[in-house]
Amino acid sequence: MTTLNKNPLATGRQFTPASGKRRGQSDVKIALFFIAPAMIGFTLFYLVPTLRGIYLSFTEYSILGDPEWIGTANYQAIATDPLFWNALAVTSQYVLINIVLQTALALGLAILMHRVAKSTLIRGALLLPYLMANVIAALLWFWLLDYQIGIVNYFIDAFGFPKVAFFGSAEWAIPTQALINTWRHMGYTALLIFAGLQSIPSHLYEVANLDGASPMQTFWRITMPLLRPVLALVLIVTVIGSFQVFDTVAVTTQGGPVNASRVLQFYIYQKAFTESDFGYGSALAVILFAILAIVAFIQMKFLKGNDSDLD
Amino acid sequence: MTTAHAPAPSRAPITRRRRPFTWRRTGAWILVGIAVAVSILPFYWVIRTALSTNGSLATNASNLLPADFNLGAFKRVFGLQTAEEALAEGGSGAQINFWIYLRNSVIFASATTAGAVFFSAMAAYAFARLRWRGRNVVFSLFLATMMVPPIFTALPNFLLIKNMGLLNTMLGMVLPCIFMTPFAIFFLRQFFLNMSREVEEAAMLDGAKHLRIFFQIIMPNASAPIATLALLTFIGQWNEYFWPLLVGQDESLRVLTVGLGVFKSQSPQGAPDWSGLMAATLISALPVLILFMIFGKKIVNSIGFSGIK
Repeated sequence: MTTLNKNPLATGRQFTPASGKRRGQSDVKIALFFIAPAMIGFTLFYLVPTLRGIYLSFTEYSILGDPEWIGTANYQAIATDPLFWNALAVTSQYVLINIVLQTALALGLAILMHRVAKSTLIRGALLLPYLMANVIAALLWFWLLDYQIGIVNYFIDAFGFPKVAFFGSAEWAIPTQALINTWRHMGYTALLIFAGLQSIPSHLYEVANLDGASPMQTFWRITMPLLRPVLALVLIVTVIGSFQVFDTVAVTTQGGPVNASRVLQFYIYQKAFTESDFGYGSALAVILFAILAIVAFIQMKFLKGNDSDLD
Repeated sequence: MTTAHAPAPSRAPITRRRRPFTWRRTGAWILVGIAVAVSILPFYWVIRTALSTNGSLATNASNLLPADFNLGAFKRVFGLQTAEEALAEGGSGAQINFWIYLRNSVIFASATTAGAVFFSAMAAYAFARLRWRGRNVVFSLFLATMMVPPIFTALPNFLLIKNMGLLNTMLGMVLPCIFMTPFAIFFLRQFFLNMSREVEEAAMLDGAKHLRIFFQIIMPNASAPIATLALLTFIGQWNEYFWPLLVGQDESLRVLTVGLGVFKSQSPQGAPDWSGLMAATLISALPVLILFMIFGKKIVNSIGFSGIK
């Protein structure tokens, strides 16, 4: 069998009796068959909805009747909508806490794992929260952080500090949501960075050691630059994921107290599904989409996540 | 074990097994230990609370063992208690039945996983092995959809499902994610590209058609990554909340995540039914926990791949 394949160009094309045409043409029919189901799903539930979403954002559309074209009126209304700006501010706060806390904790954890603990068991344990639904993480912490009889407030009280209304106070509502998300993602992010650390050739560290570099120098001059593609990816995933926070808020605070945790996606949900204002909701979704695209673009550009320094 | 009767072990294995004690290593271990504890201990607290009597939780806030051990919370969650019993134990008395939610979650996650993985494998084969015009353009389009936030397509998709008359049907819940996921196609295409073509070419010589090659060569040879992908997809679908919340609000169609949300909002204000809530949470988490215990290594090892290609 193998002897027949000496010629690297032997992809089988010579042996198909079909015709003298290029193979590229003879595959079309069968390719159509293989791709048909995915194509249906892609067209119906990704492509058309994307275009329709953009269209709807220029219309006035309550679920009854037909969409009515109103130009950019939705966007103009959003520009002066205090609830939108509040949602943007609150969501940004959430994203910021997540980036800083999650990346720092995960980076530290990954380095520690790289040094001392490479066992699958430990990695598995750290990954466990990530495998749980957001709703589960939310309820679990809703109980642990309960003001009256939650175990965390029990300890806070026992150490003589005033109890914290994690979900019930305006200043804690968003940090609490961010902490839950950090808890859920910390191990996962650490594993991603850990995989990146594993790919750094050890001889670089040996050379640095021989040259008398301090651990700090090694970290900033070798580890961080070579980790950059992984860190860029982690940052993008974190930012894009956090901008779309919904589940934990929907299950616990419902946007409250007052507007303290009314994050962007929850606001969109309320506009579209509670107030049946699909046009306005779609315009908000377009803005969220645009923000994510810009963030991803900037991060890709400045962190140069695409190319590695190793090559 | 086999070395039990051997004379005193030589020095080499000892030094290999134990590195010298240093404060830095110990410190590192302690920090890793804290991280593991923070990840795992909350789950113990869920189990402990689920096995407690709701009324006794307040007076035993810090007791490590269940407060007045009692399976009532589980009975309540599965709808096995009468309204009076449930009220007496701190429940809302509202009818709740997690059997239905569990069943719906199993159907929803299994159907979408089976469909999405299979159809994505077919598409990945077309992208990796067949030659046709526009292949790269279509593939980039598919990839680009990974960038579109789910909420953005959720609004029009909701309208579409509604217009099709499929609101509050399992079909309506399943349809948008049963044909493919961009990630699955990307993941499998990458794997197919790296597979050796030799066997396929030999089969091609024997006159095998693409269908046979796909089913008898590609699928069996790629069973390991397909299993990993199926596992990850299943867990993702099991945890899905937003879409089922939009389309499957009906009591008879709620999946576990949606049911949990409803159960939480029904819980009496001020004095929530914590044991009931934690029992429900545990039931929702259990299937994933079991999958994780069986396939943990597969899942852990997949992280490097999905992250950095």
